[in-house]
Amino acid sequence: MNIYSYIALIPLLPLATFLLLGLFGKKYFSSISGILGTFTLAVSAFISLAVAYSYFFVNGKVDGVFQQIIPLKYTWLTFSPNVSIDMGIVIDPLSVMMLVVVTFVSLMVHIFSLGYMKGEERFATYYAFLSLFTFSMLGLVLSTNIFQIYMFWELVGVSSFLLIGFYFEKPSAVAAAKKAFIVTRFADLGFLIGILILSFHAETLDFQTLISRLTDTQSTQLMGITTASFMGVSMLTWGLTLVFMGGAGKSAMFPLHIWLPDAMEGPTPVSALIHAATMVVAGVYLVARLFPVFVFDAAALTIVTYVGAFSALFAAIIACTQTDIKRVLAYSTMSQIGYMMFALGVSGKGGEEGLGYMASLFHLFTHAFFKSLLFLGAGAVIHLVHSNDMKDMGGLRKHMPITHITFLIACLAIAGIPPFAGFFSKEEILTAAFHSNKLIYVLAVFTSGLTAFYMFRLYFSIFWNKEAHLHGEHHGEGTLSMKIPLIILGACALLAGFVPIADWVTSDGIALETHIDIVFSILPVALAIGGILLALSFYKTENSKSDKIASSLNGFYQAAYHKFYIDEIYLFVTRKIIFNLIGRPAAWIDKNIVDGLMNKMASGTAVISEKIKGFQSGKTQEYALYFFLGIISLSALFIYIIK
Amino acid sequence: MNLNLLILLPLLTAIAIMFCNGLKQVRLAALLGSGLQLLLSFWLLYSFYQERAAGNSTQMLFDANYTWFTALNINYHIGIDGIALAMIILTSMVVISAVLVSWTMESMNKEFFFLLIFLSMGAYGFFISLDLFTMFFFLEVAVIPKFLLIGIWGSGKKEYSAMKLALMLMGGSALVFVGLSGMYFNSNIDGAHSFDLVQLASFRIPVDAQMIFFPFAFVGFGIFTALFPFHTWVPDGHSSAPTAASMFLAGISMKLGGYGCLRVATYLMPDAAHAYSGIIILLSTIAIIYGAFATMMQTDLKYINAYSSISHCGFVILGIGMLTETSITGAVMQMVSHGLMTALFFAAIGMIYSRTHTRIVAQLGGLMKVMPFISGVFIIAGLCSLGLPGFSGFVAEMTVFMGAWQNTDAMYRLATILACASIVVTAVYILRAAGKAVMGPITDDHYKHLPDATWNEKLAAGILISGIVVIGIVPFWLTSLITPGAQEIILQTGQALMLK
Amino acid sequence: MNEINITDILLVSTALFFVGVYGFFTRRNMITMLMSVELILNSVNINFVAFNKYLFPQNLDGIFFTIFIITIAAAEAAVAIAIIINMYRSHHSVDVEDATDLKY
Repeated sequence: MNIYSYIALIPLLPLATFLLLGLFGKKYFSSISGILGTFTLAVSAFISLAVAYSYFFVNGKVDGVFQQIIPLKYTWLTFSPNVSIDMGIVIDPLSVMMLVVVTFVSLMVHIFSLGYMKGEERFATYYAFLSLFTFSMLGLVLSTNIFQIYMFWELVGVSSFLLIGFYFEKPSAVAAAKKAFIVTRFADLGFLIGILILSFHAETLDFQTLISRLTDTQSTQLMGITTASFMGVSMLTWGLTLVFMGGAGKSAMFPLHIWLPDAMEGPTPVSALIHAATMVVAGVYLVARLFPVFVFDAAALTIVTYVGAFSALFAAIIACTQTDIKRVLAYSTMSQIGYMMFALGVSGKGGEEGLGYMASLFHLFTHAFFKSLLFLGAGAVIHLVHSNDMKDMGGLRKHMPITHITFLIACLAIAGIPPFAGFFSKEEILTAAFHSNKLIYVLAVFTSGLTAFYMFRLYFSIFWNKEAHLHGEHHGEGTLSMKIPLIILGACALLAGFVPIADWVTSDGIALETHIDIVFSILPVALAIGGILLALSFYKTENSKSDKIASSLNGFYQAAYHKFYIDEIYLFVTRKIIFNLIGRPAAWIDKNIVDGLMNKMASGTAVISEKIKGFQSGKTQEYALYFFLGIISLSALFIYIIK
Repeated sequence: MNLNLLILLPLLTAIAIMFCNGLKQVRLAALLGSGLQLLLSFWLLYSFYQERAAGNSTQMLFDANYTWFTALNINYHIGIDGIALAMIILTSMVVISAVLVSWTMESMNKEFFFLLIFLSMGAYGFFISLDLFTMFFFLEVAVIPKFLLIGIWGSGKKEYSAMKLALMLMGGSALVFVGLSGMYFNSNIDGAHSFDLVQLASFRIPVDAQMIFFPFAFVGFGIFTALFPFHTWVPDGHSSAPTAASMFLAGISMKLGGYGCLRVATYLMPDAAHAYSGIIILLSTIAIIYGAFATMMQTDLKYINAYSSISHCGFVILGIGMLTETSITGAVMQMVSHGLMTALFFAAIGMIYSRTHTRIVAQLGGLMKVMPFISGVFIIAGLCSLGLPGFSGFVAEMTVFMGAWQNTDAMYRLATILACASIVVTAVYILRAAGKAVMGPITDDHYKHLPDATWNEKLAAGILISGIVVIGIVPFWLTSLITPGAQEIILQTGQALMLK
Repeated sequence: MNEINITDILLVSTALFFVGVYGFFTRRNMITMLMSVELILNSVNINFVAFNKYLFPQNLDGIFFTIFIITIAAAEAAVAIAIIINMYRSHHSVDVEDATDLKY
């Protein structure tokens, strides 16, 4: 009997909360639903930490290598004798780290929401949905089976849909929820086909077996999947690329990112949990989970690299121009996930080669803390000023000191200023990129300068700039339950960089020696400081410098402000092409051609009957005439023709 | 366990209803009868498991054979396997919820409930028949009352729809009958022709006869299950029918066709099934994709669900056409799942319509605020329809996909990918409908005072939802029921391949 | 006494038959039509009697048949006239063109 026996409780407790609150919450526990949800999640988080401790420090390692442990596995749905969906739990460094991140951030968000969502009519429903999300996300990270991950993948999608559309009376929220679900669903189509390809060739859906079969150069399965090709590309590349498409959709990588900024319509704590710290990194998690197979296929990995790097830069540029603070944060999330993606892309497997893998997950770990902190801070700000727009803010530092300090910490962390958390993980990513691909390195360093600029643009616009003019009564910084998570997460953003992820989460389970090279760090840190100084000069006080720059870059600025018109392109494709060129004709053909044919058959029968009914005239003499003619012709027939 | 009870019980209920007076007595009798049906079907499930556990591995259990018409060698031969049992349970669940949602049916209630229960008798008879002639007999029993149900209690252009539905289904029956007669006259069992399904399966009809009569039987049954391009009765029929009839029509009637395609056409004429599988897959893929796109353009909730039924029933035909054990299991699961889900959808639409008196999506809005239960039902049905894990739609569709992918031929792969792509389109139309009708601001002031679901509606929805969720969460119960039946069918078609 | 040639008899009966048919087709008055029908029946009677005499003089079948036909014709006339009277009562006409209610 060890701690792993309780591990199933981690996802099941939130599930129980969901069922309880979802079915009876509104009637019976409306007032205590928040406390109930938070408490059960605290238990989950505690078990997760205990599991992490036990795994990393006590019994995870055999001969210095972290082992994969599968404490639970049940066959759930059998497709054919060796292909089945198994529901199980996997314990390895990757899943344990995710477990801690998810439960911890979720707990913080639960606590924060106690104050933030207070007085909402659908308070219990909100906590039910949060629990549903946490359950799905935990199920996702614990999956032993590629189809299990797909199932939870869909479930996190739907909980995200429900939470984005939480204010369902706002048409914009409903539209955003729909958009998020449909775009990720489209990406999941790729994921599903990828699963079909991989599972068909590997003859299994189980991660462990799949990985071992597709990484063994002697196996018939690997031979089969690499020799089979479609359009000149091997099935392995197809399968992995399509799986990555699913990941890119969930992780808002270009060009499937369009749902993420709109998803900010949801309540802010939800954005912090789902659209910053946990769900959006599912794509990174997926690629990391299948990383041993990705390493075998340079083409797929190259796609991951370039998509990640491009998204990082692209999102950073857009973030510099947005004025909605949550949208700035959304683009910054996309940019940071881009970092994680290309870090995986430039990585190899094993030892020093695997630095990128470790760096990516390290960044995932630190990012979760400072990004959820930024969102919660933004939530607190929005709570106070009742607006998302930067133009309505300014000079808030005196009104909300705790938010101000923690927000500053988070900004320093994301900008990569030592000794804050982001510095360490970003340094590892840059090192990995430097050793593998110089172009990516240049892009990444440039992006990190931009990151510092737009984050501090945000910071100064909210807390400095003009004087605060809060009208009417306002309730200060919010309740204690809103301050506590900010402080805890602030501490994490400060200290998470010192967590020895490199010792734990590596591509081959063996601890990795890392060292920060001072000479190497000078350039990115200098750029970051440069970015901060630029933002300082533009936005610390009200002035028109930034407008001048913007107008001098007019075309480009406008393009970036309009998010490079990607939304418009999508709208064009869906409205004009899919609706007008496929949907409408399909409906038209159905109504007029297919159904028309049926109706024509019916009316044709009627027409014929109309034509021949004249014979039934009711005139006795005519009948007699026909009768007579009939007799004559029949007689003639029998006498002269048929003898 | 005597399977005759399944026919006797609805018959007695229907007769009892004729002797009742007033809505209260009638609906009580109907509820009692359909409740007993539900119990009976679960008791059947229990005894089925008992028999299997006791080691009885014959294909058809509870077999009984009575001579009906000696001269033509027609017997009343009944028996069930797991597939039939799954369909029987589906029927009983849909029937009881159909009775419950028609609880306040005022006009001509006696006749209404009589026809509804009578229909269920036809469905049960069809599923338990092992003789093609009695099967056909019950198929007809399950067609005619629908004409009356739509023509009398329907809405909109009901006469047109009722006539269209009856004529197209009769056309289907005619084709089916040609197919059945073809099989009959080409069979030779101990020197006599036979309609017996078990005997015909072991006899194996000559291949050239199969090639002629398979299309008749398959297309005939296909019309029942909305095979493209014979699907146009579906939207009109469903939208004009009263709620309970829509539920029955989409939940059970369309499954009669799928079951017939599988049990009669494919099982008895496996060589032809292989030969024609390309065409079947082509038609079903068209139905899936085109049905989905056509749904996107609909504005009436019932039309949306009717068109999406075309798309979803396409998966049934696709699974049958793919001819792998997994895909056929998936096809049967899809039948059960779609039956429950679409009945739930129609129930929700009926509840909304009876309150707001409109089904046009653009006129609805914000119903979540005023009737959270009904809106929740609507959203659950929608999520099941778009294949969310945890609901039955997901397992059924994924099983079809996994089974379909086992065919390595490029065209089959393409068909599978297109079928997968349709789930994205499904998400689009479901969310558009839900986003407008259920969410968003309230569009009409008088909606604000509409009542939420009553107990009977809650019970009806609860029965269907529990079915959907149980299949979604423990699909292995259902697959353990279906897979042996699917194996038997694949064994036939597998032999067909070897003979080639 | 000279035998009358059978062709002559048949000519008469054929003429009678076609006169009856012509009358039946062209006359609109129902009574006249009934009379035409009688003519047709009588032409058949002539044929029966003639063939009986020339082919099977020892048998009386043809004669019997003729008597049958005469009887039935009498009954038929009774029924037909009853119909015509009823028709006259409801339609105030015995014109067959007015009795076209039984159509499509």
